[in-house]
Amino acid sequence: MFELILFPCLAGLTLALVGGPLGAFVIWQRMAYFGESIAHSALLGVALAILLNIPMNLSIVLICCAMAVLLSVVQKQLQLSLNTLLAILAHTSLATGLVIISLLPDFRLDINSFLFGDLLAVGQQDFLLVLLVATGVLIFLVSQWQALIALVANEELAFVEGRNTRLLQILLMLSMALLVAIGIKIVGVLLVVSLLVIPAATSRKWTRSPEAMALSASVLGVVAVMAGLALSWKVDTPAGPSIVALAGAIYFFSQLLLLTKRQRSQS
Amino acid sequence: MADVLIELQQVGVNEDGRCILDNIHLRVNAGEIVTLIGPNGAGKTTLVRVVLGLQAFSGKRVLKPGINIGYMPQRLELNPQLPMTVKRFLALSGANEKQMIDCMSRVGAQGIAEHSLQAVSGGELQRVLLARALMQQPDLLVLDEPVQGVDVSGQAELYELIECIKREQGCGILMVSHDLHLVMAQTDNVVCINKHICCHGHPEKVSHDPAYLELFGKTAASNIALYTHHHDHEHDLQGNVVDSVDAEHKEGH
Repeated sequence: MFELILFPCLAGLTLALVGGPLGAFVIWQRMAYFGESIAHSALLGVALAILLNIPMNLSIVLICCAMAVLLSVVQKQLQLSLNTLLAILAHTSLATGLVIISLLPDFRLDINSFLFGDLLAVGQQDFLLVLLVATGVLIFLVSQWQALIALVANEELAFVEGRNTRLLQILLMLSMALLVAIGIKIVGVLLVVSLLVIPAATSRKWTRSPEAMALSASVLGVVAVMAGLALSWKVDTPAGPSIVALAGAIYFFSQLLLLTKRQRSQS
Repeated sequence: MADVLIELQQVGVNEDGRCILDNIHLRVNAGEIVTLIGPNGAGKTTLVRVVLGLQAFSGKRVLKPGINIGYMPQRLELNPQLPMTVKRFLALSGANEKQMIDCMSRVGAQGIAEHSLQAVSGGELQRVLLARALMQQPDLLVLDEPVQGVDVSGQAELYELIECIKREQGCGILMVSHDLHLVMAQTDNVVCINKHICCHGHPEKVSHDPAYLELFGKTAASNIALYTHHHDHEHDLQGNVVDSVDAEHKEGH
């Protein structure tokens, strides 16, 4: 029994740990909608994997990264109607993926596990990929932390002070694409961005420095993953949705605490 | 020979087919304050952005190699989601603790180091931004309306500080300002623009230039005159000679 839950547990924790700081950047840089678009394109990755007969994990990672680069190039070129463009790219790739898959003989896509994740099916191979990607992203975030915070605080000042803001932005976008790609197996296309955003949003009002916000987001993410897995294990609920629902519950509870605290200090 | 920090030659900026700047020549030497004036929408901030390398343009821009640039933007678009104290914001420039304390006390912001950046007032924020620009130990200091939101007594104080920085560090300063009469004493060179260069030169010369008078009107020009030579009379709206406020003031002493 222990072996069954070991790799799902480790994979979820790894994602939550790195998702904390990255989620903070998703909030600071307003990248949530970009993340959603990237996640939607993952289905095209599934279709391509089957067509070209390459490993599915690899194909999803590649498609997500390609989408991230495309989006960050397009973002600079076309300032106008960015939202529209994102919606077009996201849903075209999702729809194209579905059409291609429907044309493939002898292939049944488990759409449920794709949309909401299949954490309990995560094996050693999947975990190693999660670990590899998460470590890479973490190394980038830690080594460039000061430059990244300078970018978020004010892009133009950072540029004038000699930082390569364009490269940092693209690498940040790629990091998000990578975490989204590996997160799909864990919480699914529809929920993966929320696992990045909710813990960071929860910690925002309780912290006074960017570091504290990022670290407490990691802790909250870990709590949500552990509690969600436990719930799933005990009551047999789907793991991904359980994790996200609990992360959301923590968010609303903390907002409530904040409200009562504020009222008490006023009276 | 003058130590040229940056030189722009025949610089033009077009956006969506609209001409924003045309045929601009500009030079900032070390140890010199160049003040950029012009009406709203004249392209002052765009020109500053060209100087900083933030804006695409046509023409030639020569920056002295290896110089540090300190930049103080007109206003700081602060991300409300980013929790940050004044101290942490200043540390982002990469300077060490001692430099930071020096620069903060220099601009009179030492008391707000631990405050949240979102909570400081407009005038305080200007000082914080100036401190951040100073922490680059700049050879070229670019200030976009540095006294915006600062109270009147603070404005003169801040301009004096800028002059003092120039003298002590020998850096060149490019400054955008609305109030020529306040910066007049400190400025070496005034460039008056309205999409193109209307006039330029020593502040006193510029304040009498027909192009300047046309842009800013006689009132602004006489404001400047008050600071250079004291008229013993002024004109009212009909052009009649009236006692000037300044003359009355003198008699009181």
